[in-house]
Amino acid sequence: MIYLDYQATTPLAPQAREAMLPWLSGPERPEFANPHSPHKFGRAAAAAIEVAREQVAALLPPGGRVVFTSGATEALNLAIIGSGRKRLAVSAIEHAAVLDTARYVDPGLTVLPVDADGLVSERCAIPDGTGLVAVMQVNNEIGTIQPVAQLAEQARRAGALFLCDAVQGAGKLDPPIGADLVAISAHKLHGPKGIGALWVRDGVLLSPILHGGGQEGGLRSGTLSPALCAGFGAAAALAHARMEEDAEHATSLWHTARAALPGFILNGSAAHRWPGNLNLRLAGLDVARLMSDLRDIAFSAGSACASGSGRPSHVLQALGLTDLDARNSLRLGFGRYTTHAELVGAARTIAAAAARQD
Amino acid sequence: MTDQPLYLDHAATTPLLAAAREAMAQGFERWANPSSPHAAGRAARAALEDARADLKAALGWTGEVIFTSGASEALALAIARSTVPLAAISAVEHDAVLRHGGTAARLSVDSGGCVDPARAALPGLVAVQQVNSETGVIQPLAEIAEAVRRAGGVLLADCAQGAGKLALPDADLIALSAHKFGGPVGVGALLVRDWRLMDPGGGQERGYRGGTENLPGVLAMVAALQAGNAWLALAAQLRRGLDAAVLAAGGEVIAAGSQRLATIAGYRLPGRSAAAQLIRLDAQGIAVSAGSACSSGSLRPSHVLTAMGLPADAAGEVIRVSIGRETTAAQIERFVSAWAAMIPDRASA
Repeated sequence: MIYLDYQATTPLAPQAREAMLPWLSGPERPEFANPHSPHKFGRAAAAAIEVAREQVAALLPPGGRVVFTSGATEALNLAIIGSGRKRLAVSAIEHAAVLDTARYVDPGLTVLPVDADGLVSERCAIPDGTGLVAVMQVNNEIGTIQPVAQLAEQARRAGALFLCDAVQGAGKLDPPIGADLVAISAHKLHGPKGIGALWVRDGVLLSPILHGGGQEGGLRSGTLSPALCAGFGAAAALAHARMEEDAEHATSLWHTARAALPGFILNGSAAHRWPGNLNLRLAGLDVARLMSDLRDIAFSAGSACASGSGRPSHVLQALGLTDLDARNSLRLGFGRYTTHAELVGAARTIAAAAARQD
Repeated sequence: MTDQPLYLDHAATTPLLAAAREAMAQGFERWANPSSPHAAGRAARAALEDARADLKAALGWTGEVIFTSGASEALALAIARSTVPLAAISAVEHDAVLRHGGTAARLSVDSGGCVDPARAALPGLVAVQQVNSETGVIQPLAEIAEAVRRAGGVLLADCAQGAGKLALPDADLIALSAHKFGGPVGVGALLVRDWRLMDPGGGQERGYRGGTENLPGVLAMVAALQAGNAWLALAAQLRRGLDAAVLAAGGEVIAAGSQRLATIAGYRLPGRSAAAQLIRLDAQGIAVSAGSACSSGSLRPSHVLTAMGLPADAAGEVIRVSIGRETTAAQIERFVSAWAAMIPDRASA
């Protein structure tokens, strides 16, 4: 199997798995202890969490704190609902975790459009009275990098908080400048599933959505997993150390894949993008058939979360593509552990299968 | 005196079972997103659905299952999305329920820590835990369920401490947490008798929860449940000995006359604060707690013990000892001698 679905989830880094194992102990060692227990075993587990928190914080802007959550969906819910802001503006290409939560809070929310390249305008109008603006750093379906620094500045001038879903950018790009709230997920950066974080700028007040034991400074109750935190921390540290190397590798893979798939049209900007995302369309291509023909290649027809639903991608629609164009589109996602040979092999197989559809 | 770690805080969290660690390691190999439509994603989805069926079989549950990040999330989800509003909670609920309690009625408990079923006969959502995390007291949930149903209400049972040890209660919504029964931290479930009891929301878990599923955690949780609980017979025997030793040394067993889970007990040492006991025991490598792990860092008296009528100063002298699968008679003896040595008369002698 060749895995080309890096936006849905990423292979667990061996270093992240190693970092988790000591905290998954049985009775022979006390590392399994509850990090919120005041005894020494609990304190040791709590210390491991603080080390991980520092490692994760290195991927985020200075001047704030990292709150661990069960993942980005929870982090985004905490940011949007916990902010208490009632009038929202979100980009048309946000992930469902932002779109659905924002619509739940403000059914009349403002949608910030994108151009045909999949980019929100730096000068888009933010209506007066908007309480919170959410624009993602890197789109999960088409990989476009949004001008979040400029948009954060626009939001600030409008008196609104700026929330950035940095799930696809964290560990790959520098953190979004000017954001007040940033959500990230471990399993998108070669860490484990079941953990993410919300970064909260100092001075930004949130109300918790999960009440209970009062962990995470009262902002997020529930026993934290030292293992998941340590795995997240190790993955973050690795991504931080390899940021340049990983980006160069992804860029090089991108050129390889583009060259191996002549005739396919790129969805989204070629210039403003994370190169590990290649969203392509080919007139007349039956992507569902392609997927069932090529069972040994794992790729996506849209975002993993929506692609089971059969509904056309709201992201591709926002670019102005027709439903037919959207149905002719596929997404290849690759990165750190993808080899050129794998990618070339998969791309050639896809091209040949597409040609057979004629 | 030995410094060997002695862990008697299993109500806070339990060691990970070898079978659970094994299942987790296999889950780490199966890292595709269960919502992805390709073969790798579908294999992860199939493993997730098999695990759901196995969990139901292990628990004897015939309703629905929503996997969550733990009991706190499961309880929050149940309360937020229940189609009927929260009408009442018991006065001894865990903070994970208590803090969501708002203006809901509080069901008081008797001196043995039990809710009067007749008072639970309310037409809304009623939250009563299965087992108290500080005292081990088991609520009469069969009678409470009957009263709630008769009144047209819905029963939410926090089974974080009881699941995997006791049979599930006859409740409509049940929250559980893997790390209390030998599974990993970071995964749990909300059991739902019928989807009509909940309003949907979220793109995963049949539309009732958003977020990529933690498949390794889920697999490990199920493996932990499947490991069974035959060890509880030994735990009950150890606990009888522990209770007797505490009484003989001049201590007090909290809710001694109530039906209690074999693994959790509250003990009062008159004249010695819980904080002082904890520090002394901790210095000897013995891990116990005062109240629940989350609140034990604070100095406020336990709401559980005060609800049972204990004066604040007496409540401040109670520690929780919770035993587990690997606890031995020798460990209990070591605890008792360390604990009895703190009794004021002996300490000053």
